[in-house]
Amino acid sequence: MSILLDNRSRVVVQGITGREGSFHTLQMVEYGTQVVAGVTPGKGGEWLEGIPIFDTVAAAVEATGADTSAIFVPAPYAADAIMEAAAAGIQLIVCITEGIPALDMLKVVAFVRSRGARLIGPNCPGLITPGQAKVGIMPGHIHRPGPVGVVSRSGTLTYEVVYSLTQRGIGQSTAVGIGGDMIIGSSFVDILELFERDPYTDIVVMIGEIGGNEEEIAAEYVAGHMTKPVVAFIAGLTAPEGKRMGHAGAIIAGRSGGAKEKIARLKEAGVRVAEHPEQIADIVAGML
Amino acid sequence: MNLYEFQSKQIFAKHGIPIPKGELAQTPEEAEEIAARLGGRVVVKAQVLAGGRGKAGGIRLAETPAEARAAAEAILGMQIKGLTVRRVLVDQAADIAQELYLGIVLDRAGRRLVLMASAAGGVDIEEVAAAAPEKIARAEIDPLLGLQPYQMRQVACDIELDRALLTQFTRIGLGLYEALMRSDATLAEINPLAVTAGGELLALDGKMVVDDNGLYRQPELARAREMLEESPAEREARQYGLSYVKLDGYIGCMVNGAGLAMATMDMTKLFGGAPANFLDIGGGARADRVAAALRIILADPNVRAVLINIFGGITRCDEVARGILEAFAQVPSKVPVVVRLIGTNEEEGRRLLAEANFITARTLSEAARRAVEAAQAGTAAPAV
Repeated sequence: MSILLDNRSRVVVQGITGREGSFHTLQMVEYGTQVVAGVTPGKGGEWLEGIPIFDTVAAAVEATGADTSAIFVPAPYAADAIMEAAAAGIQLIVCITEGIPALDMLKVVAFVRSRGARLIGPNCPGLITPGQAKVGIMPGHIHRPGPVGVVSRSGTLTYEVVYSLTQRGIGQSTAVGIGGDMIIGSSFVDILELFERDPYTDIVVMIGEIGGNEEEIAAEYVAGHMTKPVVAFIAGLTAPEGKRMGHAGAIIAGRSGGAKEKIARLKEAGVRVAEHPEQIADIVAGML
Repeated sequence: MNLYEFQSKQIFAKHGIPIPKGELAQTPEEAEEIAARLGGRVVVKAQVLAGGRGKAGGIRLAETPAEARAAAEAILGMQIKGLTVRRVLVDQAADIAQELYLGIVLDRAGRRLVLMASAAGGVDIEEVAAAAPEKIARAEIDPLLGLQPYQMRQVACDIELDRALLTQFTRIGLGLYEALMRSDATLAEINPLAVTAGGELLALDGKMVVDDNGLYRQPELARAREMLEESPAEREARQYGLSYVKLDGYIGCMVNGAGLAMATMDMTKLFGGAPANFLDIGGGARADRVAAALRIILADPNVRAVLINIFGGITRCDEVARGILEAFAQVPSKVPVVVRLIGTNEEEGRRLLAEANFITARTLSEAARRAVEAAQAGTAAPAV
């Protein structure tokens, strides 16, 4: 029914005793996610609402069989936390933290790949398989199960799109926020590949923005490898050059990263590009 | 954060990269004194964070200290791409035999740094990349190993560099890599890297872009930020933890989340308006931060309507509503405000605002349309 995450996923929360970590842990549990462990160095042996806390990810994995990690630790320690999860054998690492230096992320991504793990984020809302589990900070109630896969670099913009889909009775297989930073673990193409293979996903919605050229690379992938229809929206047509638009990765640098170019490449690849976020649901409804 | 030429070159020098002797001047008199101290021909260079300084007349040669003074007089106060020149760098002029390009850039999709070099230096490297990509040599840097000397030698051969310069060139490349890594930069560029008539390499111009996410461990660079030409609005926004970028339009936008903020800006354009700013209040904003955001937007004299678009998740709509009311209590304004609140505590938020007579909307497109209409009508003040 999904990619990457379902109700059998066994989740460990790194930074579980922090303000964000504890709040969202309980939200995830309430949604039905199996949160089997937490990690906060120095607090091993304590509990959070019945969830055992460990000093290390390795100990949490050994005791609980956790296979998925949600990271809420502050930026200066988050790169280390991702590497700890990969070293402990976690398969899916979801890093919510914003503000990790790009140069740290280069090393982290190389290490995570060498361990055969998958990283989502950082600086992302996480992912949700509606009706089954969520690992992240998105409001669960706006989602519903269904055939549309969603992949996005943004947080609230994704909620906006998901909300309008749900309002029209169109559900989602899995919604993945890949993150707004310059260096992220999984690209659009990585997630598009999974949706293409997933028998429960019929249509994919892709939400991009200015900065970098992952949307252009995704367009090439769609043209060459995808059989399922893709509907896209790209934010930032009115963004000026050289200014960072909130997300560390949302910046037009010289000739690269503008919205117009991305939209043109996607259209050439046969992707339907919406003019505004609410139009996505209209287009998808017409395809179902 | 972009660094000025003089800042970039100072960092380069710390990592063993040869730069011309030079000093910074804020007045024509200082420029004259520096030129006298340096002796001989100097070049007076506008220090602004914009390309095309030469074409704009912001870079001038001076044969004597008096000429340096005159050059500084002409350049200081000049506008280059909307930025006022407040400082000039007075550098000893070099005798240039050839101009090279050497830079290290972040390859986002490749998740690695890439070193680029070209014998066609001194011009915009993006132009070279577009017109004659074969003139650029590249070396991909392994994130776990770093730049290796053999890669510099390979690049030197690829751009057919004079063999006599091989050792110097390799040392400069490794120095540039160190400068970038130690500064948390995502770009470090020497353009031009001059070959002097005396057969030496010299970094005549420098550019660095520092990753804002790395500033917490770069105290010196964080202080250097104070030298940036930030507007008072941008400074206030940063102090409140808001992402704010001023634009040329007339519809002030306040949104939670960067992607949604951009989409909201785009939407005003789609409905025939133009956004006055990008503003992301971030996740979980409290009333005081919302009030600060609104004050900043309303302080822009171009703003003829405000569009507030909040998708509540971590952010609570009632907190946002309180912030809006607080701001209007502090700074009464006749600018019409369109509010669209959805998600966590939306009913409470709407109830608070209903009493204050704001224009409310259910959907993003409705909100954008009404904001554009209100701005163009120039009426309908909220009764606060």
